[in-house]
Amino acid sequence: MDKRNDDLPLKEAIEGGTHTPRQHDSAHKHVAGTADYTDDMMEPIGTLHACLGLSTIACGRILSVDLDPVRTAPGVVGVLTADDVPGLNDVSPTGKGDEPIFPRDRVDFHGQPLFAVVAETRGAARKAAKLAKIDYAEETPVIDVLDAGEDPRLVTDGMTLSRGDSEAAIEGAANRLSGTMRIGGQDHFYLEGQIAFAIPGEDRDMTVWSSTQHPSEVQHMVAQALDVPSNAVTIQVRRMGGAFGGKETQGNLFAVVTAIAARRFRRAVKIRPDRDDDMIATGKRHDFLCDYEVGFDETGRIEGVDFTYVARCGYSADLSGPVTDRALFHCDNAYYYPAVTAVSAPLFTNTVSNTAFRGFGGPQGLVGGERVIEEIAYALGKDTLEVRRANFYGETGSGRDVTPYYQTVEDNILDRITDELEASSDYQARRAEIVEFNRTSRVIKRGIALTPVKFGISFTATHFNQAGALVHVYTDGSVHLNHGGTEMGQGLNTKVAQVVAETFQIDLDHVKITATTTGKVPNTSATAASSGADLNGMAAQAAAETIRQRLMDFASDFYEVPEHQIEFLPNVVRIGNQRVAFAELVQEAYVARVQLSATGFYKTPKIHWDRDAGKGRPFFYFAYGASCSEVAIDTLTGEYHVERTDILHDCGHSLNPALDRGQIEGGFVQGMGWLTTEELWWDDKGRLRTHAPSTYKIPLASDRPKIFNVTLADWSKNREATVRRSKAVGEPPFMLAVSVFEAISHAVASVADYRECPRLDAPATPERVLMAVERLKASARETTENEASHVQS
Amino acid sequence: MPVFSRHSIRFLLNDTLVETSAVGPGTTLLDFLRIDKRLTGSKEGCAEGDCGACTVLVGRLVDGEVAYESVNACIRFVASLDATHVVTIEHLSAPDGPLHPVQQAMVDEHSSQCGFCTPGFVMSLYQLWLTNPKPDDYALEKALQGNLCRCTGYAPIIRAGAAMGRTPPEAATDRLTAMRERAKAELERLADGARVDVEYEGGRSIVPDDLDDLAAVLEENPDATIVSGATDVGLWVTKDLRDISPAVFVRHLPEMHRIEETDEGVRLFGCVTYTEAFSVLSKRYDGFQRLLERFGGEQIRNMGTIGGNIANGSPIGDSPPTLIALDAELTLRKGAERRTIPLEDFFIDYGNQDRAPGEFVESVFVPALRADQRFAVYKISKRREEDISALCGAFNVTLDDAGTITAARIAFGGMAATPKRAKAVEAALIGKPLDLDTAEAAREAFETDYQPLSDWRASADYRLLAAKNLLTRFVMEKTGDEAVQIVRHRPALEEA
Repeated sequence: MDKRNDDLPLKEAIEGGTHTPRQHDSAHKHVAGTADYTDDMMEPIGTLHACLGLSTIACGRILSVDLDPVRTAPGVVGVLTADDVPGLNDVSPTGKGDEPIFPRDRVDFHGQPLFAVVAETRGAARKAAKLAKIDYAEETPVIDVLDAGEDPRLVTDGMTLSRGDSEAAIEGAANRLSGTMRIGGQDHFYLEGQIAFAIPGEDRDMTVWSSTQHPSEVQHMVAQALDVPSNAVTIQVRRMGGAFGGKETQGNLFAVVTAIAARRFRRAVKIRPDRDDDMIATGKRHDFLCDYEVGFDETGRIEGVDFTYVARCGYSADLSGPVTDRALFHCDNAYYYPAVTAVSAPLFTNTVSNTAFRGFGGPQGLVGGERVIEEIAYALGKDTLEVRRANFYGETGSGRDVTPYYQTVEDNILDRITDELEASSDYQARRAEIVEFNRTSRVIKRGIALTPVKFGISFTATHFNQAGALVHVYTDGSVHLNHGGTEMGQGLNTKVAQVVAETFQIDLDHVKITATTTGKVPNTSATAASSGADLNGMAAQAAAETIRQRLMDFASDFYEVPEHQIEFLPNVVRIGNQRVAFAELVQEAYVARVQLSATGFYKTPKIHWDRDAGKGRPFFYFAYGASCSEVAIDTLTGEYHVERTDILHDCGHSLNPALDRGQIEGGFVQGMGWLTTEELWWDDKGRLRTHAPSTYKIPLASDRPKIFNVTLADWSKNREATVRRSKAVGEPPFMLAVSVFEAISHAVASVADYRECPRLDAPATPERVLMAVERLKASARETTENEASHVQS
Repeated sequence: MPVFSRHSIRFLLNDTLVETSAVGPGTTLLDFLRIDKRLTGSKEGCAEGDCGACTVLVGRLVDGEVAYESVNACIRFVASLDATHVVTIEHLSAPDGPLHPVQQAMVDEHSSQCGFCTPGFVMSLYQLWLTNPKPDDYALEKALQGNLCRCTGYAPIIRAGAAMGRTPPEAATDRLTAMRERAKAELERLADGARVDVEYEGGRSIVPDDLDDLAAVLEENPDATIVSGATDVGLWVTKDLRDISPAVFVRHLPEMHRIEETDEGVRLFGCVTYTEAFSVLSKRYDGFQRLLERFGGEQIRNMGTIGGNIANGSPIGDSPPTLIALDAELTLRKGAERRTIPLEDFFIDYGNQDRAPGEFVESVFVPALRADQRFAVYKISKRREEDISALCGAFNVTLDDAGTITAARIAFGGMAATPKRAKAVEAALIGKPLDLDTAEAAREAFETDYQPLSDWRASADYRLLAAKNLLTRFVMEKTGDEAVQIVRHRPALEEA
């Protein structure tokens, strides 16, 4: 051959390959303000704006609806009610038919959307929406799970996990205790609220730009509501301004409303609810009431444990089934239970329908499990870390390696993670110093805790564990990548592009990721369950490998060189003794009529789950981590401050250590908010009164731990064949924040000489902390008096 | 008094002069930027001044120089911007040019994830960088109190703030520095001495030229909405969709920004911002610095005014109880007439203040503390910073030579329908020594003074208990040297 490329420069590695700390692909646009979110798109002339009319009561029958004042308000083009839905009036994601777009007869929660008004401007629509005259026959709402009575209504079936005879084990144990804990919910507070923007096409086509984690479901919902086949609907998602689970199903309604309006009025229609409406009308993290009873020995080792997790699900099932399931899947966290029974009860309440949120019930389940550990430690007067260690899962084959759902833990690294963090955080010495400090400090008390995380990775609905991708290589060697995942800030697009760049051995800037669209990759799963990179990375890798193999076959043929002598080097392909630039080989392949586009597909192996039996292997693998936090509390006011947090987290062989670190830091602080200052507060009429950042308090910069050391367990590699042996990282770090919660608890416990578990409910607001301090002080006084009277008698 | 009226709003937007008559009194700067000007870099996250995604800088002439401050565009009205320089994220770097040093630091440190809050953070850091390019953690956290991020956990943003000072402000790296002289000249030219009076789609915005003109405008329009910092009125518009026309904008008036310091005390005119007020008050009154740190976010402190915090009559504003405990006096003006009343008498009942139509809060006088007085103010909120108080208590006791309490003024916010004195507690203290036994004995008196509500900020039980405990804290602080408050940045605090 006459190739003259032997002297092509050869780099040691491509720019931006896997395992390198590349910037988020949109970082430059983010800081410049040029990253376009749905509300930033150019609006076609005549774009209309919709606003939802929300119910003003929590529960009751609708007696009459007068929307004439809305219709005749300035700028209004029209009003949509249940009668205006061309197809199915339902957006329930699990097909239960329990979530009308607009209800006809009754209201089931305060803030329920009852109609939409469509106007020339957003302001006109908002003003008009307030003019509706609706009469109700009010009924007494069920707001709290404790209001639900003896025979509560469930929104979906609960689950039971059971292994061994827990009742007998608890009975037979040397020590027993039981208790109840409230675990609060959480608003997602994505900075970009819900939004959808629909443009009608020819025939009955509809394109919707939706801020959604689940374009395929939105497509399905829109098609169903418009009574058109799915092939008439295209959903586009370039990026979301945060989601955290809040846009897994909650975007459905907004997208559907714009599509119905766009069809009806033959104009582009946008809906962007005000922050308050968004917080009132969309679902949140479930709050739980957790009852537990445990039997344990003198070392603190658990012999048997029972849990009941009762969840406030709201008025419809939404994802409450799998959320409450996942709570049970994580009631063990890192601990082996010789005998266990865990039961969930997903309760109907007259509140907004709760939904997915980072961790998906797992955090609530885990916090219940950790409360049991805490109880045991205070009951025995031990350090909580000692009790944790006594209960850790053992090595495979140790006889202490089976979960409550009969999956064997095969990748346990709890001991190593914990040992390393205990040393690097100087836990023991600091704990001793803190206990000493608390002896003399009258007002300020300090606390410390080291808590582990083990989190199961995979959708528990096995069929969701699939993904597709589409890769084009153009004749100039540039690559166009599309996959079924959505970008919400987590850097998924960057990671998947890194995988593709690595597969082709080309610099990352040759790979362009484009907006997620149902027209390119069909039938996708939600970008959820931390699975984005695991699933889509593998699918994209498969597509790239297909094309690479075609190039290999072509090169072997064209250059008459055996395949084993062809190697994809950085930006260059070595073919026998010569080097050809990647772009050049691509051009040659094109001329030779080689297909340079491919789809890729991936399905997670090994997993299976029998929900009725409560047995199987729902998770492909586990991700691990641990954190150690130190806090100071003010026993006069209950205020607190996180002095220091050390984290060691397992990302396997990290695809991108910078992005993974971002997930760890961000997840931790978000988790800390959930367990400290983020409080959802309903009044007795069922109105959520914390529905804006003025009343709902997520952490600030000054709330992050003052000293914040985050380390990736760089020695870890996924034992399973995941994409480049990495591990999922979206959700697991959220639960690292339990160390803050327990450190606060430790500080509170000091006022009663650590002899009583403070039993803090979550979130541990300053009020809860102060009240716990008062409670413990009182009971310590009582104990002292009793002891004194014993001495006297 | 102005000699003529102008019927348009004029300001400099980045490097372009804007002149418009197509704004109503409730048109927000954010809508104007995003919809009218298609400058979509500033985002709407909450439309109530709490999240900071819409942060922009507004420059105005102060003592002959253009001073820039960060504000929330979502609740800043366009009509209030006459003769200012509005700087948005789009101005930081040229479309195809290199990133600004602050932006580059954010990229280098992986400070954005979803990116939606990012322009706001860049702008808040940018304001800090202009005056303090190498800030410490304390300064960074304070500058970022008004910006919420839900993705990053803030750590990489703080790292970017620590790194941004590698390139200090100079004309070659900063477009605003490069155009300072031009901006100054433009603003001087725009301040033409006119009363601005704009009517658009039935809404009327009036921007008086000076204090006397304001008095005249209010006499002519006694029912007008007086808009000062708009940190409250902004929400009437964005949340309650209220029509505030006719609205009179007062925040720009130089006479209303005066701070007069004498040995007798400090006189703050109505439009003195929290930032301006606290910088003076924290030097003279113990505990103000810490209150400032917990009072709104930086943007709100730059926007909100002392006069507004008093005049809106909120039972949970933080300056009224503080100033009541300091025995402040309020001067109200109507036309040429003025009257002065004790501040505590201004608050009659919930939503009812002693202000007649056409009257406005001209100034508040805060007497100096004497050597025999002990003063402190404490704010308690669910989140330590940028949160509305569950309760806010201010204590001011006078001691004789023997250490006996001879007088006491104690006032709380969040404990009643108005900012209110704790007269029973005061009575229980007078004649007693300032010690823990006295505090213990006085606790019960709080129940006479206050029957607080339970709401989403705190329960009645907590409010009462915490109020009692604040008295304990006050006594401990004034009589001992033990730490009785959590302090995140002690050295910075001591310097301040």
